[in-house]
Amino acid sequence: MPPIEATGHQLAEALNGYSADYMEARLEESQASYIIYRGREPESIGRTTTIGGNVRALVRGGWGFASFNNLNDLPGRVEVAVKQAQFASNKESKLAAVEPAVDIISTKIDKNPVAMPLAEKKQLLDEYNDIIWRTPKLQTSIIGYGDSHKKVIFANSSGSYIEQERADITLRLSAIAAENNEVQQVTLSLGSSGDFSLIQGLHQQVEQMARQAVELLSAPQVKGGEYTVVLDPVLAGVFVHEAFGHLSEADFVYENDRLREIMTLGKKFGSSELNIVDSAAVAGLRGSYKYDDEGVPATKTYLIREGKLVGRLHSRETAAKMNERPTGNARAVSYRYPPIVRMTNTYIEPRSASFEEIIGDIEEGIYAKNWYGGTTSMEMFTFSAGEAYMIRHGKLAEMLRPVVLTGNVFTTLKNIDAIGNDLEMNQGGGCGKGGQVPLPVSNGSPHIRIRHCLVGGK
Amino acid sequence: MENILAQAKQAAEEAEVFMISSEETPVHFEANRLKHIQSKQSTTVALRIVRQGRIGYATTTDLGNCQSLVNNAVETAHFGMPAKFELPSQTSYPQIEAFDPNVESTPVEGMIKLGEELIATIRGHTPDIVCEAEVSKMVASVHIINSRGGQATYPKSIFSLSIEGSLIRDTDMLFVGESESSCHPLTESKGVAEVVLQQLELAKDQASVPSQPLPVIFTPRGVASALMPPLMTAFNGKTVLEGASPVGNKLGEQVFDKKLWLWDDPTIHFRPSSRPCDDEGVTSQRTPLIEEGAVAHFLYDLQTAALAHTQSTGNGSRNRGGLPSPSPSAFIIAPGNTTFDGMVQDMKEGLVIEYLMGAEQGNILGGDFSGNVLLGYKVKSGKIVGRVKDTMVSGNVYQVLKQITAIGSDAKWVGGFLKTPHLYCPSLSAASKG
Repeated sequence: MPPIEATGHQLAEALNGYSADYMEARLEESQASYIIYRGREPESIGRTTTIGGNVRALVRGGWGFASFNNLNDLPGRVEVAVKQAQFASNKESKLAAVEPAVDIISTKIDKNPVAMPLAEKKQLLDEYNDIIWRTPKLQTSIIGYGDSHKKVIFANSSGSYIEQERADITLRLSAIAAENNEVQQVTLSLGSSGDFSLIQGLHQQVEQMARQAVELLSAPQVKGGEYTVVLDPVLAGVFVHEAFGHLSEADFVYENDRLREIMTLGKKFGSSELNIVDSAAVAGLRGSYKYDDEGVPATKTYLIREGKLVGRLHSRETAAKMNERPTGNARAVSYRYPPIVRMTNTYIEPRSASFEEIIGDIEEGIYAKNWYGGTTSMEMFTFSAGEAYMIRHGKLAEMLRPVVLTGNVFTTLKNIDAIGNDLEMNQGGGCGKGGQVPLPVSNGSPHIRIRHCLVGGK
Repeated sequence: MENILAQAKQAAEEAEVFMISSEETPVHFEANRLKHIQSKQSTTVALRIVRQGRIGYATTTDLGNCQSLVNNAVETAHFGMPAKFELPSQTSYPQIEAFDPNVESTPVEGMIKLGEELIATIRGHTPDIVCEAEVSKMVASVHIINSRGGQATYPKSIFSLSIEGSLIRDTDMLFVGESESSCHPLTESKGVAEVVLQQLELAKDQASVPSQPLPVIFTPRGVASALMPPLMTAFNGKTVLEGASPVGNKLGEQVFDKKLWLWDDPTIHFRPSSRPCDDEGVTSQRTPLIEEGAVAHFLYDLQTAALAHTQSTGNGSRNRGGLPSPSPSAFIIAPGNTTFDGMVQDMKEGLVIEYLMGAEQGNILGGDFSGNVLLGYKVKSGKIVGRVKDTMVSGNVYQVLKQITAIGSDAKWVGGFLKTPHLYCPSLSAASKG
């Protein structure tokens, strides 16, 4: 493999001498491996190596972008990006000022997960799979394990030159139970920023998951309607990511006057208990980094503080256009894409309520747990719980079929009336936006209670 | 490629090299204005080997380093699935057109004009709408060679146009959208614009539906978003092999309404989903899946077919660069004989679903779907009276398609992977707020 450092310097040099307002280049070298089980045996095991890069140019407000695998004609690719930008140009370029940075950041992990022998990884997955298959009435299992390690070189026309290493691990386990034409599944999603030990020792959790899939076969479906709903930290984390986080991404807002009105800083969105944060600057989570893909240092950004909207997530362009400070949230899933505004580690800050206090005065409600999926269209969101229980007379009651919750973001945030003391971060998520998926992120929250939440059902 | 094959043959009994190269130029509009133009060059090589009877697999974008590609494949082969298939030795394929050189030569200026024209038409109707649009051209070439002498190569071109508009009034948001794609260059935006304008017209007023079971008309986009994910999983030969498909043991049985016919077809000329062979070099074919409501067949790749003691249907697909796996090319539902207007007129009170958000999050294997009606209309006494909001529907695809009131006479392509008419179903559970 050619050392990409040498190519990186060539590419940085190739950026000089063009009449663009701003130029940047990224070069990426990555290795990845994956093991996928469908059923008893691994169905697919593979290794991937990638070398690629891109050039992005800004000319009078228009962006050009050229990505490539072929490294033989770097000046040609730079030229294409500049030409595309000229085509797209129409007004003035605006970019928030950022100090140029020259830095080298290596991963903090002891051992590169990609370099571990496949046999060692397979051993662990076999153990988990055996547990699933030992459960009676279990139809099949699906396990997806993936790891990656990449080195990214970033250079721009203002003199930044940053080498960053990142590692990532994801593990998704599903147990599928079947009986009398009924099929039910429960899924566990985990991840880490490269530390393999974080996905070890989950045998008990896996066993519980498999048993739950079987129990779901005889669980009733909830009657559709409005309920008081308590979300566990995993699901509440998805809620904060989907329902609110995406609205905080400034690229949705900055050229949309009406959305800007809705998302005016200082506006009240929830009770004074509610704080929502996005921070790539917390170390060791899947959404953590030192510099984003525009070379901007990571920050901790309060989106909501004491119920009021106080901030949003920015790229250099959106920050300049909204006259706000850049937050270092421009991320690209790979060299094939330009960076866009993304979340990192997003969470609701803990308060004082215990779980017992939260459910104690609910006459009839739903306790929804675990992540299954979620999507949003700005105002409306839906998210689905992998597990659910009725709450009756302040206590957990019977298990339900998985539930889908939906609602209007603005009213739902206002309807959060209790926030727990038990913040947990979930590392199993992968976020999709603008065709760029899956981007490593993490979400978290303590238990929260939402009044008047719409639940789909019979 | 020959080089890689030669090196792989020294380390393995069988080998197959798959290479795809593409050049893509998306022109992107944001907030009604041209925002960026991209140019994406990409080359990926995938090596699949059979070594001591087991499958090994590796991919790379680094063509300069064949040996590490072969080494990686060899390492994975220690743990790979036992290979049950035989690579095809075929070298000639039926002529299925999926390439038009005019796509590559379409100038960027023309693409910009097309996008601007589309946005202008829609803003002419609704001035305060905010549109995001993309005009994109792509040319690719696919090469497959294997150790049995099999060889396939074909070019492909795709031109696409898509738009999404959002209209915000106070905290009320309306989303509309449409897309079109072809192997030929698209020269006008009229078709896409007409659909969006109709959505805007129908959504002008708001209406609410009661929380109760209601008759529902799924538009082609509605069918794609609500009903397709479970069906695509159920007819996948791999789901069937695992015993997880609800229709897996129902071959020949009538499970759906007798009016329903569904097949997979990658052989239609100049459709983006068409190709002479699949990603394993197996000849493309039209595969019936539902005939007169009865389960007719499932989709297979080489390995899954061998395990299930049947033949590949030419549906081996390398989604995201992985090992070939069964995947639909294009699902097609046969049109019926009722017009959309006729369906609406037949309804006393009901729903038209254009887009169901979040439907694929439910228990897909069991056929359950549940989602928020992101774009949908209320029907009252045979007329569309407005757009519904804060409404959720849920159902089970096998119950919904068991009894279909009527099938639309006009089938339409949705998202390049599905051609379907409107489907009119007698009852679906709806929950509504306020």
